[in-house]
Amino acid sequence: MSLWSRHAILEKNSIILVIGILIVISIGGLVEIVPLFYLKNTIEKVDGVRPYTPLELAGRNIYVREGCYLCHSQMIRPLRDEVERYGHYSLAAESMYDRPFQWGSKRTGPDLARVGGKYSDTWHQDHLREPRSVVPGSVMPNYSWLADTDLDFTHIAQDLKVQALLGVPYTDEMIASAATDVVTQATNDSPDGADLAKRYPKVNARDFDGNPVRITEADALIAYLQMLGTQVDFKLYDDKANIR
Amino acid sequence: MLPPANMDMKSMANALASRKIMTIGEGGSALAFTALALVSIVVAAKAYTPEFAFHAYLFAAASIAAVFAIINRYYERPVEAPPQTIDGKPNYNMGPVKFASVAAVCWGIAGFTVGLYIACELAFPFLNLDLPWITFGRLRPLHTSAVIFAFGGNVLIATSLYVVQRTCRARLAGGIAPWFVVLGYNFFIVIAGTGYLLGITQSKEYAEPEWYADLFLTVVWVVYFLVFLATIMRRTEPHIYVANWFYLAFILTIAVLHLGNNAAVPVSLFSPKSYIVWSGVQDAMVQWWYGHNAVGFFLTAGFLAIMYYFIPKRCDRPVYSYRLSIIHFWALIFLYIWAGPHHLHYTALPDWAQTLGMTFSIMLWMPSWGGMINGIMTLSGAWDKLRTDPVLRMMVVSVAFYGMSTFEGPMMSVKIVNSLSHYTDWTIGHVHSGALGWVGYISFGALYCLVPWLWNRPLYSLKLVNWHFWISTIGIVLYISAMWVSGILQGLMWRAYTSLGFLEYSFVETVEAMHPFYVIRAMGGLLFLIGALLMAWNLWKTVNSAVSIAPAGLKLAPAE
Repeated sequence: MSLWSRHAILEKNSIILVIGILIVISIGGLVEIVPLFYLKNTIEKVDGVRPYTPLELAGRNIYVREGCYLCHSQMIRPLRDEVERYGHYSLAAESMYDRPFQWGSKRTGPDLARVGGKYSDTWHQDHLREPRSVVPGSVMPNYSWLADTDLDFTHIAQDLKVQALLGVPYTDEMIASAATDVVTQATNDSPDGADLAKRYPKVNARDFDGNPVRITEADALIAYLQMLGTQVDFKLYDDKANIR
Repeated sequence: MLPPANMDMKSMANALASRKIMTIGEGGSALAFTALALVSIVVAAKAYTPEFAFHAYLFAAASIAAVFAIINRYYERPVEAPPQTIDGKPNYNMGPVKFASVAAVCWGIAGFTVGLYIACELAFPFLNLDLPWITFGRLRPLHTSAVIFAFGGNVLIATSLYVVQRTCRARLAGGIAPWFVVLGYNFFIVIAGTGYLLGITQSKEYAEPEWYADLFLTVVWVVYFLVFLATIMRRTEPHIYVANWFYLAFILTIAVLHLGNNAAVPVSLFSPKSYIVWSGVQDAMVQWWYGHNAVGFFLTAGFLAIMYYFIPKRCDRPVYSYRLSIIHFWALIFLYIWAGPHHLHYTALPDWAQTLGMTFSIMLWMPSWGGMINGIMTLSGAWDKLRTDPVLRMMVVSVAFYGMSTFEGPMMSVKIVNSLSHYTDWTIGHVHSGALGWVGYISFGALYCLVPWLWNRPLYSLKLVNWHFWISTIGIVLYISAMWVSGILQGLMWRAYTSLGFLEYSFVETVEAMHPFYVIRAMGGLLFLIGALLMAWNLWKTVNSAVSIAPAGLKLAPAE
């Protein structure tokens, strides 16, 4: 009985065929995915990476909602031109609290992994309202309504709670003060700013959208953009220690 | 009350003896849909966002409609279940197949139109019109989901439910289950599509629908699998035909991928938002394990099944090599699963995973071309039909496109090539040579075969098929060559240095350089859309033709 005729067993028994398929398609995924959860060198050891503040998280959710990731990557590859154009190559540790990840797959616009601090808030306000007012050749849509839409953060504590459940180190204190932290971070010189900075080191707290009266979606999105890639201090980062 | 005079005693006795009873499927589904309607109304009332409330109301309306349809069907149907065979021939159930075929054509037109629109948005950004729901970022997932899952998915459901009945010589399993599959799947598409426009997305490419849509799809998919498997189990042929292996691998693997990639915890029952259980680098790996195998199993294995049935059928020749199809099948499904990390070259994914992904992607070239050879060589002895039958020509050219993009793919997965091509339009061009050329053409070919077979009508016009073929082919050539040029140009501009060692171009200069190619690409897309409209017209005239031909099944010659 040749091997070819043995294949008839699979062709004549649907359940055996189903089991065969399941085994064959499982192997690759198991080998490539499972070790990423236990190999210690998958995520570098670095200082400075903290969970998103509630305002940044709300901004990130707007980034996701509008599909920004379809044109902007957040993953600088260790290639000479990219490092010169965008900054230090991205570390796995920098996206360890990203659910889901926003590495992207296409650069119709530039990479945003280190856009934080690169432009002023005013630039971002103008750019979101009408990208061609600051970058004439841009093909980005206008996102003018963001500055006119109040940010809905009624349930933001619940977002933090779910993330904590999944392993993001949000403390009970962070969850309890989530909604007030949104207001604190979006306000100029808030008296609670010091508390916020204790919970979230290196946080930018100010009125991001140029409209101190309201907390808008533009506040949240700009707060998110202004912190991107700024957490790790690469003057102190030892890339030799993390050779993988 | 006296019975009508013409009712003879025998049928009256029958009617009394076998009283109509609701089946467990009918009763259970009606109850389940009633429960879903109630839950949906509660969710709608307490929803955090108006968008989510809208979706909950859609679920409620669809569930109520389903309950009415089930009860109505119960009153309308005869007492006995439909017979499995009539005069010794299988009593095929083609209703759901017809529905999915029509849905495929409609979604195809919609998906191509949205694609054309977003291509124009990239060339002329004022077309975003400052309206949130039609910005590029929201329409792009609508385009990809409409063409892959709505058009492609309905083609796969239609052809799989047709092919499994024909090749097993058995009636489709289940009474209302096949209808639940086609209607439920299309309802999922509506939820997913309207969700994108309203900003409901989890931002995982090709898996954007949120948790509740994912849960619903899971139920639909499990029923689809059970209907398909149960039909195979009823087969009167000893062997399971090769097309069904591919369909089975497609259904099973998509189920595994869907569950793995969409594992998420909703913020609340009343919120459309959820957070994925994986994070960062692991999430990236899971996403592209899913993403690449959505290509491998949805857009490849499923459509290879179409190739293995419709090409031999159309040219009236047996599949070229049985042994090649065995190798093709097992090698393809084994190797594809490994290829995901080639979407993550030079990223923060560990190098060992990238190298594995690249290695297996290159190996994947072999089974892919084995399958191509098996499909094209099936025409041995029937090559002359390429001159006379534009439908067969479309399917053969489709397999040729398959060969081209499965060469291009392994090449682009080589890290050094990928360092140039990644993040550029080259990827978009590559995807479209596979999507328009391979998936599009094999689907069009299958629909041109299937619609006349299902409605027992001759195809309205072969000449129109010929026009469709040439207009679309010119469209595809414009599309992919524009994307090759723009992709490679952009990749080279990003890494260009001046003689003093500075980066030569700012980013926006590379964006401006893309403009002419984006215009050419949109023209290519327009031609492809025109071709599809010709097809829709042709199929419409076919279905509504007065001429009827004998059902295809009656022409089968007995094996002697």
